[in-house]
Amino acid sequence: MTTPAPASTQTVDLTARFPGVVQADARPGYAGFIVEKDALIEVAAAIRDEFGYDLLTAVTGVDYAPDKMEVVYHAYRTSGGPGLVFKVQVPRVDPVEVPSLIHLWPGVDLQEREAWDLLGIKFTGHPDLRRILMWEGFEGHPLRKDWKEGFYEEDTKPFKSRWPHGQFYMAEDKNPFKDNLTFPQNFDPEKWIPEGDALLYGALARYTVKSEGGISTDRIVINMGPHHPSTHGVFRAVMTLDGETIVGLKPVLGYLHRNHDKIGERNTYLQNMPYTDRLDYFNSMTNNFGYALAVEKLMKIPVAERAEYIRVIVSELTRIQNHLIFIGTLLNDLGAMYTPSLYAFEERELILDVFEAISGARMMCNYFRFGGVVRDIEEAEMQKIKDLVYERIPPKTDELDRMLTENEVLVSRMKGIRMINAEDAIAYSVTGPVLRAAGVPYDIRRADPYGIYDRFDFDVAVRYNGDLMDNYLIRIDEIRQSLRILDQAIKQIPQGPINSQKPQYQVRVPAGEAYGRIESPKGELGFYVVSNGKPNPWRYHVRPASYVNLTALEKITVGQKIADFVVILAMFDIVMGECDR
Amino acid sequence: MYGKGILKGLGVTWKRFWDTYTEDLAWLLRGRKRYYTEEGVRHRASKDQKGIFTVQYPEEKLILPEEARYLPFLVYNDLPDGKREILCTSCGICAKVCPPQCIWIVRSNDPQTGRPIPEPTEFYIDADICMNCGYCAEYCPFDAIKMDHDFEIASYGRNVYNMEQLLKSSEYYKSIRPVNYAREEAARLAEAEAKKAKEAAKAAAAP
Repeated sequence: MTTPAPASTQTVDLTARFPGVVQADARPGYAGFIVEKDALIEVAAAIRDEFGYDLLTAVTGVDYAPDKMEVVYHAYRTSGGPGLVFKVQVPRVDPVEVPSLIHLWPGVDLQEREAWDLLGIKFTGHPDLRRILMWEGFEGHPLRKDWKEGFYEEDTKPFKSRWPHGQFYMAEDKNPFKDNLTFPQNFDPEKWIPEGDALLYGALARYTVKSEGGISTDRIVINMGPHHPSTHGVFRAVMTLDGETIVGLKPVLGYLHRNHDKIGERNTYLQNMPYTDRLDYFNSMTNNFGYALAVEKLMKIPVAERAEYIRVIVSELTRIQNHLIFIGTLLNDLGAMYTPSLYAFEERELILDVFEAISGARMMCNYFRFGGVVRDIEEAEMQKIKDLVYERIPPKTDELDRMLTENEVLVSRMKGIRMINAEDAIAYSVTGPVLRAAGVPYDIRRADPYGIYDRFDFDVAVRYNGDLMDNYLIRIDEIRQSLRILDQAIKQIPQGPINSQKPQYQVRVPAGEAYGRIESPKGELGFYVVSNGKPNPWRYHVRPASYVNLTALEKITVGQKIADFVVILAMFDIVMGECDR
Repeated sequence: MYGKGILKGLGVTWKRFWDTYTEDLAWLLRGRKRYYTEEGVRHRASKDQKGIFTVQYPEEKLILPEEARYLPFLVYNDLPDGKREILCTSCGICAKVCPPQCIWIVRSNDPQTGRPIPEPTEFYIDADICMNCGYCAEYCPFDAIKMDHDFEIASYGRNVYNMEQLLKSSEYYKSIRPVNYAREEAARLAEAEAKKAKEAAKAAAAP
């Protein structure tokens, strides 16, 4: 049995450095520091420059209705180790204002916009504070506790109408659509013009340069997406072009937004588990892992030993199949339609067969439970995994490598095309393979180990050129490293129970906060969960890798050719289910 | 040499193309059918598979593992007198644990005693909302609700299943999940044995 590490091990004492403006967070179950709003920028600069927490990964807000709102920052060192949590508390009176940290960490851009959009926290100093997941003109801030969605029934599940008097009705019959929407004052749908587009193009306008060398050239605005095959879903990029060169770009998100966080706050802790499957639908196992980690930290329960190994095995299989899909879709984006992607999908299919046999579903696995996993891997399935790991995947990875890596067309499309350099990648909170391909060997499995990853011998895949080719090659490296971990996990896995807890449909979670983060195949996937001791989480926030990585998209693409944009986007390996939530 | 990488890649593709036909030929020579047979489908979903791996749905179907889950159904036992014994006691755990809240149960009270009848009066599952997570089957203490294998449920309109549509016999459950059924049956027998032994001990202890 391994006991989870304490929620947050403080290695620095900010209160001594900033007496008076920084207090340790003394609420039971909480950790970190509470910073005075006016001193935030000064303290944050010290955290970055003096204490060396250079990677600010997660920024989010919590609505402690009715009296205050809080912004929570999670900072880490790229050299590894536990993180530093600092918070700002402001009274819950509009306008709720907090200084923006965008000048210290440009990576907070999209996350601050999200907090503004969903919670109504105004980040003063943010140059482009528009809504991001909802549309401009939307009334209200959905994550506030007093905001209610269409078809609202009750604050928390389970709903009373279901049992014991569960006379079925359809939500839309009882609750007609129009009666349950809040419109802005004096709203007239006939005359309404979306103001969002004007703001969006306004944000792009700062790139416009009038004339060069006496010849005035026109800039063209191109909307790529939301329906474009290269965007892996409903992602829209609005860009201004000068010839073929991108001179300005803004990502537009939210087409697949369903307010996962709000759904999560209505759900009980256990009910959230299958919802996490739907975030990054290629990697449901790792999504489960992150959420299970966060709640286990809150509950302070150990994980059964065998389950720890099973978790590693399924996570690494997930990583392999994700990178296979990545390579397949990348080649699709490059114009090598379907042959490489189908070759990659073939191996993935075999991995999904294993997932289906152990969890019951190919993609929406819902396999993790607090304290372990739901079902044991029986001998027959273990044999299948061994066959895959020892006989099937290694030669097939080599085959994929042989088929693609030296291909001259591929090389000329990718080699030497700049992605991002190490400093920018860290500043923009980029995580995952993109960060490692820029030369930063930062892998949470090694830097801040969770589960039992500290027991395995593997190399953090890292490449140093930071071009597109390296971003592709690092995926193949990672498949090979995952195979190494799998080899050790399969050999070491002990017999025993698969859950340290009794199966229970309503878990007890003591009050407090926890941030569970894992190295998902796409980067850092974090779950910030706040409990007030009730059966439902008070705050449930997902820090998705694809979404935060996209912050750097503008930085990377400006100055590049539009034809390369498709490949650059493919390198982020975004999944809109996770990105838009 | 420029173009070597492309040729190497083409070699892989060519090999795959070639493998499909050599596999077909090998199966033919051994007198076995590679397509439209369970053996063939199983082989194409195994680690030894070479060449083309497509399964020709709907003529061929993938073989589902026992744990595969799709929609829930209610289990009943066939009694010797032709009646059905519904295992559900309408305790409501499935309705409470259901993440999208798609289970609706009506529990009635006995008019004479005023106590709940241990059988649902109505049971609805909104299959369009069901997210196939399997919690209802996992947390049901009476093995009364189980996950089905049948995934071909396309229809026009909304799929709201009432109790009659949801009920399936325990024989059917046994046929799709033999291992689970055997395990649960053994547990039930052991429980009945223990109960009997307890009662016997009680009877022996009583004067």
